[in-house]
Amino acid sequence: MITISHYLTLSGLLFSLSVAGIFINRKNLILLLMCIELMLLAVNFNFVTLSRFLDDPGGQVFVFFILTVAAAESAIGLAILVVLFRSRRSIDVEQLDSLKG
Amino acid sequence: MMEQVLITIVLAPLVAAMLAGLFGKRIGRAGSHWVTILGVGLSFVLSAWVLKGLLDGSLSEFNETIYTWGVSDGLAMEVGFLIDRLSAMMMVVVTFVSLMVHVYTIGYMHDDPGYQRFFSYISLFTFSMLMLVMANNFLQLFFGWEAVGLVSYLLIGFWFKKPTAIHANLKAFLVNRVGDFGFLLGIAGVVYFTGSLDYVEVFSRSEDIAAGTISPWGDTTWSAATVVCLLLFVGAMGKSAQVPLHVWLPDSMEGPTPISALIHAATMVTAGIFMVARMSPLFELSVTALSVVLIIGATTAFFMGLLGLVQNDIKRVVAYSTLSQLGYMTVALGVSAYAAGIFHLMTHAFFKALLFLAAGSVIIALHHEQDMRKMGGLRKYMPITYWTSLLGSLALIGFPGFSGFFSKDAIIEAVHASSIPGSDYAYWCVLLGVFVTALYTFRMIFLVFHGEERMTPEVRAHVHECPAVVTGPLILLAIPSVIIGWLTVEAMLFGSFFGGAITVDSTRDVLAEVGGHGTTPAAFLAHGIFGWPVILDILAIVVAWFVYLKRPDIADRAAQRLSGIYRILVNKYYFDDFNEKLLAPGARLLGKGLWRVGDETIIDGMLVNGSARAVGWISSVTRRLQTGYLYHYAFAMIVGLAVMLGWILLGA
Repeated sequence: MITISHYLTLSGLLFSLSVAGIFINRKNLILLLMCIELMLLAVNFNFVTLSRFLDDPGGQVFVFFILTVAAAESAIGLAILVVLFRSRRSIDVEQLDSLKG
Repeated sequence: MMEQVLITIVLAPLVAAMLAGLFGKRIGRAGSHWVTILGVGLSFVLSAWVLKGLLDGSLSEFNETIYTWGVSDGLAMEVGFLIDRLSAMMMVVVTFVSLMVHVYTIGYMHDDPGYQRFFSYISLFTFSMLMLVMANNFLQLFFGWEAVGLVSYLLIGFWFKKPTAIHANLKAFLVNRVGDFGFLLGIAGVVYFTGSLDYVEVFSRSEDIAAGTISPWGDTTWSAATVVCLLLFVGAMGKSAQVPLHVWLPDSMEGPTPISALIHAATMVTAGIFMVARMSPLFELSVTALSVVLIIGATTAFFMGLLGLVQNDIKRVVAYSTLSQLGYMTVALGVSAYAAGIFHLMTHAFFKALLFLAAGSVIIALHHEQDMRKMGGLRKYMPITYWTSLLGSLALIGFPGFSGFFSKDAIIEAVHASSIPGSDYAYWCVLLGVFVTALYTFRMIFLVFHGEERMTPEVRAHVHECPAVVTGPLILLAIPSVIIGWLTVEAMLFGSFFGGAITVDSTRDVLAEVGGHGTTPAAFLAHGIFGWPVILDILAIVVAWFVYLKRPDIADRAAQRLSGIYRILVNKYYFDDFNEKLLAPGARLLGKGLWRVGDETIIDGMLVNGSARAVGWISSVTRRLQTGYLYHYAFAMIVGLAVMLGWILLGA
């Protein structure tokens, strides 16, 4: 029997994976964007699960919004990435420290 | 009616000064002296009319505010006149001497390019001095006080191309600032304790000052009356050149002789004496203050007189004599004989102005030679100058019957009758001062007018009596120098001449005691003629005759024998050296130290630049937090989120 806790645990695992991906990854900016996508998906998974168990379709409406925004955001993110690569010849996260004080 | 007259008295010299000063070129030399003489003459005639009216009762005392300048927190700052017999007498003395000096100046400054400027200044001086003596409040008194100081500065440095004159006027100004600082603090004290600047109101509340105390630190309490009076007296010490603020007066002789006579002998320097007499209701509250006044006056009277013995510049002899006589007036104030002080002020104004103008007459005749060692035997060339200065000198030394006799004898008797602390010392000072006064005065007379002629032959060929504009004022001043004492002694010292203007505590009324010998001039004369002062006078004249005429070599030998004392006297007790080598460099050193340590190190170094440096140091440490790596910021966000969630979930 698959209970709500299984769904939520999976969602939590996905989220933690993505967070770890953001912190541990120090090489590739694309990986970072992917982790952000994964993080959003984990949240979406949570919404769908709870919408099903609480019997409230409102949660699924949010998922559509989030998917739309995530699509737009990744498009912009990739565009920035391309521009960044053109100007700096690198997408190495270690080297992106212009904000250093 | 009275108000218009008083305003005219004050403004006539001011208008004349402006005309001569601003339009001097247009109205010319004669125009300048005519307009200023008319202005001062008008003031003199009206002042005399006011005094006469007050004396015969046809005018009553006047105390009104003419103009309110401003009111701040209930403190009214006004221009007003308090005209009683004291101020009326001062007005007459000031305008009379000023008028004489104006006339005399026509002769003295005849060839000077600054002719119009000079007349403008002395007229402005008359205005300032009148404002000072006619004031009915402390603010106006202070205005006049500063204004006469300013004119004195301008006139000492009148020959502004002469370095010594510039040095002297700067010195006079600076020394007077010291006195004025005390004076201003004294006025502030008066306002603090009574809340008013008006004389009558302040005097009516003198109990407030008597009851007040000042506690400068800890449990120390000082009597407010003593502190206020001493501060006011510091002002008087500056203006009236009392030890140790006397150093400017001898140097002020760098100015033209007419102003030495007017400002630095007859009027301005007596402002301090007048002020203390005016403040008698306050000074009577504090015996301590009176004792200080007495001791300082006595010291000035005797020790400054001694300096007159070693001076060779004719004007400086008279200058030291002025210092000494101011000391006598101060002594009179100290023993509460205010009337005697003012009486001596009046007689002194006449005979000292006379002596200065006579000295000036000699100086003109010898083509601006002031050294007495290059004079001698002038009696036969300048008879009018000789006789008038002889009369002035007899008045100065207090020869029986002359005006100075009455005033000086009254002071000596008053000191003798007094019993406040310091009166014994003061008595010896003023008594020996009589001998010294007579000695230096007749030394001057003998060196200048008698004996061998020590001028160069070219000078001797041109020596002649001065024109009438010079000798006229001498004669007009010689008349009051001789007779004014006889005429006024009874009313001024023992009668009710000053009425309510002067307050004397009944336990210290020494003049009443002096009056016990008889109050008429004849009785006074009969009592004083065999007293010590007259004996000392005659002794001194004989000594002066013997030393300076009969056996001139004695003076030189005495100077050698007593070389220690002689050196101290020639160096004026080292007051100037003390000021120039110790006081001024000390003050500069202190200021430099405060600038280096207080300003540069503490304020600039620590407070201003220090706080900037501290901000820079803290930021240089904290900037290391900003690595610029995305994951560090993200980690911080997550940690923050976790902490916040944990706090909300677990804390609640």
